[in-house]
Amino acid sequence: MIELTQIKKAFNQGRPNEYWALNGIDLSLERGKVTAFCGPSGSGKTTLLTLVGCLSRPTSGRVRFKGEDISGLPERFLTDIRRQSFGFVFQQFNLIKGLSALENVILPGFPTGRPRAELIAAAHILFEQLKLTHRANARVEWLSGGEQQRVAIARALINNPEVIIADEPTANLDTVLSREFMAILEGFTAAGKTVLLTSHDPLVVESTAVHRVIGMRDGCLVDA
Amino acid sequence: MNVWLEKQRHLIDFTLASLARRKTKNLGLLLVYTLLVAVLASLTLFTNALRSEAAYVLAGSPEVILQRMVAGRHDLIPPGYFDKIGRIRGVQKKEGRLWGYYYDPVLKANYTFMARPAEEVADGSIMVGATLARERGLAPHNTISFRSYSGKLFAFEVASVLSPDSELLSADLILLSENDFRAFFEYPAGHYTDIALSVANPQEVRNVAAKLSEALPDSRPILREEVLRTYQSIFDWREGIMLTVLAGAIFAFSILAWEKAAGLSAEEKREIGILKAIGWETGDVIRMKMWEGLLISLSAFLLGLVAAYIHVFYLGAAVFEPVLKGWAVLYPRFALIPAVDGLQIATLFFFTVFPYTAAVLVPIWRAAITDPDSVMR
Ligand SMILES: Nc1ncnc2c1ncn2[C@@H]1O[C@H](COP(=O)(O)OP(=O)(O)OP(=O)(O)O)[C@@H](O)[C@H]1O
Ligand SMILES: [Mg+2]
Repeated sequence: MIELTQIKKAFNQGRPNEYWALNGIDLSLERGKVTAFCGPSGSGKTTLLTLVGCLSRPTSGRVRFKGEDISGLPERFLTDIRRQSFGFVFQQFNLIKGLSALENVILPGFPTGRPRAELIAAAHILFEQLKLTHRANARVEWLSGGEQQRVAIARALINNPEVIIADEPTANLDTVLSREFMAILEGFTAAGKTVLLTSHDPLVVESTAVHRVIGMRDGCLVDA
Repeated sequence: MNVWLEKQRHLIDFTLASLARRKTKNLGLLLVYTLLVAVLASLTLFTNALRSEAAYVLAGSPEVILQRMVAGRHDLIPPGYFDKIGRIRGVQKKEGRLWGYYYDPVLKANYTFMARPAEEVADGSIMVGATLARERGLAPHNTISFRSYSGKLFAFEVASVLSPDSELLSADLILLSENDFRAFFEYPAGHYTDIALSVANPQEVRNVAAKLSEALPDSRPILREEVLRTYQSIFDWREGIMLTVLAGAIFAFSILAWEKAAGLSAEEKREIGILKAIGWETGDVIRMKMWEGLLISLSAFLLGLVAAYIHVFYLGAAVFEPVLKGWAVLYPRFALIPAVDGLQIATLFFFTVFPYTAAVLVPIWRAAITDPDSVMR
């Protein structure tokens, strides 16, 4: 479903602080599987996810999504693909403060022009699945870490994406909540979604919910 | 189309929620903004109303006023002068007028005394301007005395107070009979202050003036249209001063707007990044911020305009009075006739709403075009 060929990514290219975060990655990812990237800090995991998730473009190499080369598309089209096909769960959750959980969840639906009522209905279904219904109208800054993460997950799912990208999803959670997250992951697989995540956490990497673990070091893939 | 509408609704919803989140900041901004619009709009409404007021007042005055000049100064019209005018084509009516100024030490103000025919004002009685009546506490049937320039005391009964329709110019006016006028000022019999001529056809006014100058070389005809123009330029000049001051105000405001906008907080920048990462287009972000700017500037504009309207037409432009009025020593506390000029309002709109929205959009645009991958870090 996702193919990467000879992906390189440089930051500050041509300047004295030029830095190559990815040094030629070849990788093919299957539909409907959970893939975990692990590796030391600075090895390029997050950078790789931003490329796959259309948040940025590679310096060289190709990214193919469902057979289509998306690495050279202009920003508008990348945004379209990102909105339709990818859902993000960020490490810092990145919820918008001052808004309720519900309002945060329906935000990605705005640019699609789906009627508000429909979005709210969809959000309530997600809240139910994530056992969050009672907190739907609470401001996000009042929620606990685990609740915030579930709001972030609901937000990632509101446009019903095929791929879910989660960067360090359990970094801010304790063991119990991490296990809960892994259970949610299994639900994703059951629903046929493709999941890409990064983690240092053995609990994640060794979990049965994860189908494939890919190791990274210095911007290259290594055997895990 | 439906999708587009739905999107705009979403954007406005979100904008309202965002505005509510930063209540104090936005309310403060709205307040300053409203104040600025109110001041600007007051000025616009006020000068415009004054101008139309003057035009309205002058509409009732004669087309041509003839003064006699001696050594370049206005002098009395001597007996027989009147007949020298003879018949001039186009002149409907000619009338000798009697008027003069009187200094009242009680109010330390100048009044204009004007004689009217006996049918209008009986001997021994006067009609007074509304402002003057208020300042001196006069009501019909009261008696008031004035000491004439020769030192004699004259008592008059107030027959009526002039209707405050055009209070601006009648504020300091006292109408009295011709006999009383001549007695009070010891005006020589047969002399007049000036001559008023009515000309029906506006096209003929200049011809009439030319013929008058020819027949009476020592006279000076004053045309109403010229007086009107003088008034207009006085207003324009005063307005100019105010506009200079206000240009400063606008400038200060632009800095404020710029600072608010340029000082996009780290929080706001992060939010823009989040919105982009979860699938908002650059255009969506900018549109959302544009709604925000428009909501603030439009409500400020409307609130300011309403405040200005009340200030000018109900509170008598209390703030500007000393600056803009005052060729009469008595400040007329008059209610201006509401007159609103669409073009001026449009100009005002352009100069307040537009710069703000632009100032807000530029930095937003800069933040909105950055890559969304920063939110991952
Ligand atoms: N915008 C940027 N400008 C310059 N350097 C960057 C930028 N983004 C990432 N880098 C560098 O690229 C390298 C890879 O970063 P990346 O965030 O992908 O690492 P990571 O594997 O996710 O690390 P961690 O486990 O700590 O999250 C790092 O050395 C980082 O400093
Ligand atoms: Mg990372």
